[in-house]
Amino acid sequence: MQRIYLDHAATTPVLPEVLEAMLPYFSHEFGNASGVYSWSRTARQAVDQARDTVAEILGALAEEIVFTAGGSESDNLAIKGVAWANRERGRHIITSAIEHHAVLETCHWLEREGFEVTYLPVDSQGLVDPSAVEAALRPDTILVTIMHANNEVGTIQPIAEIGQIVKDSKAVFHTDAVQSAGVLDINVDRLHVDLLSLSAHKLYGPKGVGVLYVRKGTRISPLIHGGAHERRRRAGTENVPGIVGLAKALEITHAEREKENARLILLRDRLIEGLQTIPHTRVNGSLTQRLPNNVNVCFEFIEGESLLLTLDMRGVAASSGSACTSGSLEPSHVLLAMGLPHEIAHGSLRLTLGRGTTAADIDYVLAEIPQIVERLRAMSPLYRA
Amino acid sequence: MYSEKVMDHFQNPRNVGEIVDASGVGEVGNARCGDIMKLWIKVEDNIITDIKFKTFGCGAAIATSSMITELAIGKTVEEAEQITNKAVAEALDGLPPIKMHCSNLAAEALHAAIQDYRSRNGLNIPRSQ
Repeated sequence: MQRIYLDHAATTPVLPEVLEAMLPYFSHEFGNASGVYSWSRTARQAVDQARDTVAEILGALAEEIVFTAGGSESDNLAIKGVAWANRERGRHIITSAIEHHAVLETCHWLEREGFEVTYLPVDSQGLVDPSAVEAALRPDTILVTIMHANNEVGTIQPIAEIGQIVKDSKAVFHTDAVQSAGVLDINVDRLHVDLLSLSAHKLYGPKGVGVLYVRKGTRISPLIHGGAHERRRRAGTENVPGIVGLAKALEITHAEREKENARLILLRDRLIEGLQTIPHTRVNGSLTQRLPNNVNVCFEFIEGESLLLTLDMRGVAASSGSACTSGSLEPSHVLLAMGLPHEIAHGSLRLTLGRGTTAADIDYVLAEIPQIVERLRAMSPLYRA
Repeated sequence: MYSEKVMDHFQNPRNVGEIVDASGVGEVGNARCGDIMKLWIKVEDNIITDIKFKTFGCGAAIATSSMITELAIGKTVEEAEQITNKAVAEALDGLPPIKMHCSNLAAEALHAAIQDYRSRNGLNIPRSQ
């Protein structure tokens, strides 16, 4: 049986060049980057070089790059760190209803700690309206956090436009670029952001390492205390192989992104068009402001987990926003925020393409999915053929 | 996460469909929660001689629907009424904990179908002792 991985928004395989770059730092060059001897110097050089690479891609200074243990930590550090450091200046935070849980649940926690959070709605395509950000800004707003591209429906937010607006206020602006790094331009000056999160394993790097960009002068408290690492913004011995892998992966994906995006857009659109021939199917998210690798559709009258299980039996790995796969009783908060009714949101399917995806994969999936949908609909009491 | 039995019933569900001249029909769940089970029973001489289902829901919802049709067929109405959601889950070698609450509704669908059969036929609902 074929095995086709179409869940690249969940994670990606480590590229061979990335793995190769990392390997020496696990064993031979294992030194703690904080020491004074030669092992440490090698490790320190590797970390410094990685920091320079990341800084250059972001259009940032090396000292503005903080290595973390991943996207969730970067989001937590950005939000809690800014909230804590600025709590005497204000306690209002603005975010959107479709953020990743690493942002949303951090905001919920801050609400319990006495902060006030505005959750901006999105339109039916999942877009935040920049003028809504402007209207929500208050004198006591300390932070605005809006994701660059949505992990479920792939909608790309007008971050630069929102950044321009936030710039004129006292608030700082954070964007979660976990889905867009290595895919879109993430130059922090062009995006007008003060903080930006990214994660290595979403861009063909290793799991367990990420970046938070912190613009010079941004007041932020650390989450993890215990040393002078990362200029006192994140204690803990540096994950040298992880950091080296992150930089290498970002370097490769960023350099090749235009060519790869063009290839993926063709495959993506072919997949969307093919799926749309199935009756009672709707495409979720924007068709124009969309990540090159994201396909998200709802098949009415069926439920997402049954669809995923059946796809898995046929060798295809995918994802869904149904309640069963979200681990709660509610379907995807993103689809609900876009105005989809619960029963339709339960039937969502996300297919995210990647570097290994071929036209033959798309053809295979397009041959399988209509049969699967048909079979599940024949079993559904909601469906009348 | 699912047992082999669950996957078997999910892949090869037994007794999918509808019964046109059913003696009773039961429906439980709602689309909002992502699970709806509809069950048709045919009762002859107080015995369930045919049973069919249609389910909108996850793997557990489909497997429990399929399993209850196997458990109930050939049973008297009173025997069928004794089948519990727990018994269905056990017959499937268990369900993941989160599924025990949301997707384990098949016995309720069967009980609703029996209720419908009784009310259509003016039969008294026996009190449990």
